Amino acid sequence: MAPIGVDEWVARSGDRRDSGWRGGLSRIDARVGWWPRLLVVGLLAFVYGEFVVGGNVNYAQTGFNVVLYALLALGLNIVVGWAGLLDLGYIAFFGAGAYGYALFSSHAFGNLPLASGGVQLPAVASIPIAVAGVAILGLLIGLVALRLSGDYLAIVTLFVGQAFAEAVNNVAPGTLGGANGLFGLQGFKVGSAEIGSTLGYYWFAVIALLILMALLHLLDTSRTGRAWRAVRDDSLAASAMTIPVNKVKVMAFTFGAIVAALAGTIFAAQQSSVFATNFNAQTLILIYACLVLGGAGSIAGAVLGGVVVTVAQQLLSSPIDSAYLFYGILVIVLIARVRPWRHLGAVVAAIVGLGFAAHAIVGAISHSAVAGSPGSAGWFAGALRHFAIVPRGEPLTYGNILYVAAIIMVIAVVQLKGIRRLIAVVPTVYVGICCWEARLTLDPGITAQIMIGAILIVTMAARPEGLLGSRRVEVI
Amino acid sequence: MTRLLELEGVSLSFGGLRALHALDLHVDEHEIVSVIGPNGAGKSTVFNVITGIYEPDGDIRFDGQSIVGRRPHQITRLGIARTFQSLRLFLNMTVKENVKAATYGGTHATPIESMLRLPRARREEREVEATAQDVLSFFGQRLLGYRFNQPAYVLSYANRRRLEIARAMATGARLLLLDEPAAGMNPNETHEITELIGRLRDERGYTILVIEHDMHVVEGISDRVVALDHGEKLTEGGFHEVANHPGVIEAYLGRNPEALQK
Repeated sequence: MAPIGVDEWVARSGDRRDSGWRGGLSRIDARVGWWPRLLVVGLLAFVYGEFVVGGNVNYAQTGFNVVLYALLALGLNIVVGWAGLLDLGYIAFFGAGAYGYALFSSHAFGNLPLASGGVQLPAVASIPIAVAGVAILGLLIGLVALRLSGDYLAIVTLFVGQAFAEAVNNVAPGTLGGANGLFGLQGFKVGSAEIGSTLGYYWFAVIALLILMALLHLLDTSRTGRAWRAVRDDSLAASAMTIPVNKVKVMAFTFGAIVAALAGTIFAAQQSSVFATNFNAQTLILIYACLVLGGAGSIAGAVLGGVVVTVAQQLLSSPIDSAYLFYGILVIVLIARVRPWRHLGAVVAAIVGLGFAAHAIVGAISHSAVAGSPGSAGWFAGALRHFAIVPRGEPLTYGNILYVAAIIMVIAVVQLKGIRRLIAVVPTVYVGICCWEARLTLDPGITAQIMIGAILIVTMAARPEGLLGSRRVEVI
Repeated sequence: MTRLLELEGVSLSFGGLRALHALDLHVDEHEIVSVIGPNGAGKSTVFNVITGIYEPDGDIRFDGQSIVGRRPHQITRLGIARTFQSLRLFLNMTVKENVKAATYGGTHATPIESMLRLPRARREEREVEATAQDVLSFFGQRLLGYRFNQPAYVLSYANRRRLEIARAMATGARLLLLDEPAAGMNPNETHEITELIGRLRDERGYTILVIEHDMHVVEGISDRVVALDHGEKLTEGGFHEVANHPGVIEAYLGRNPEALQK
């Protein structure tokens, strides 16, 4: 038996697992293969579609959006997560897929002399045409981008993404519809049957997602997947190890484009219309948020990211749900970060005490300063009536000041240590709650962006590799 | 003896800097040749022109076929694989995947075949798995078992060097170019790597061109030693012959030994 060197020790300690729930989870994780996991995803999707939606169109739409973003994140994962190419023009492939489908399923070509009344192909024809067209586009852009890497690639592809939106807005408005977009699209049609409901598209997207997850997993564990990851880690070494780096990169672009285009066709058919504004930088950022949050490089991570970001966005657009989300996150962060329990109890008590005291004092000085009603709906509003300070009317300036104050206080809390931090947390949380009630609930759209950003920052700080990603190193 | 690799009048300049000048070098089949020389002599540049990273003037023939102007991955596919002095593993891939990645050129399944696991993809995947196990088992217990699924970044320095050699072997090459395989190793590991290089030739039939600074390693393995300085060949021959060559001593120690002794 050879003496155990240091590296042996490191390796073996890596094998030791906790005996707690984390160890148990990682043991299960190591034992279960990929297709039982896929089955679980399928089962969850089935339960949601069959039992949760129950005819509620909003629920069906949320489910559809979740699956759509999961699909988009999966495609982006090929380019960014596996091949390591920072492609900021990804949105163009999504848009091109949607517009490609729209052209062959609407009156768009009706304005040209060759086809009066437009072209309405069945889905089995229009989807492949759109996807193949975008695949060629991906190939071309991949070829152009070959000589670039890192930041330079990002800048050039960002331009491509922007150019797409400008092009569909301004080129051939008779056919592409300009700012009015294309509408009245035909749904997915096989024979005479047509998918007519959001739930129908949900099922279609779920099936596409499951098939794609399986195919991409098999691709990831094949020579192509290994080549992508090798190029990401060290392209010079990859080329010295028989891997044609350029070909492999173009392939990643093309595969990403294909997935995005597929998602685009489903999106266009479900929405029954396409507009250039559907494919702006904001959507791109959301797709990136899905991938980064879930963990770049991981199929399950991309899908989970799609779920988390889309659901968060959906919750934030309803006053009562957004309140649940806001206060839920607040409580979770407090529980996770404030230890031990007696400190937590003291902090919560102090926050409650501070709130009612401040409300009472301000109310005694000026009644109108506390006369507004909290922005949250439902029972939150009642519970917070004598806690959060909300002036009468539309307290924009007041809310803006609180917003800036809250950010400054959060930064201060992060800098402080020990008991000072504990004390600083109390007014910070209170100012945050007042700001939420007085200002953030007034503009749900903007607040949704801020909150998703906040979720992203918090998650990244706690887990830089994303929820399901694995730790990655550049150079050790 | 057949000449496996032959460099003829190879020159390379970076702007005004002459990195290699009219270099002739050859490696016969089943031979172990060491390249020595002081820092900046052009040793690693020789590797870089052979593997296609730089395109030199002059001619480089492998197995009778000129390889100048080919891309690095094409040259490796022909049968020349290298390791890097500054370790360049795929750090975020597992040990086994590092080796498997190097079989890309030897396999042909398209992405579609891989996604559907069609017969060719399945057969190749089995072969790749066997290659990986075989190549890694060459290093004894070092890279086996629990190591298979560890990411490369957890490996120790010596094991990273071993994995680089394993990866080069997996390309299916006949000629291995080892760039300072013993750099940064302790005396035990250095001894082990010397043995390993011998076994690479004796057991696996590789032809080896190696750059090395450790003279014990060079003495232990070389059939022939080539000394470089300023991109030119000073001399070549057996180890003792080269080590005692006045030009080599001068290149390493300087022109005036008395001055150094003060």
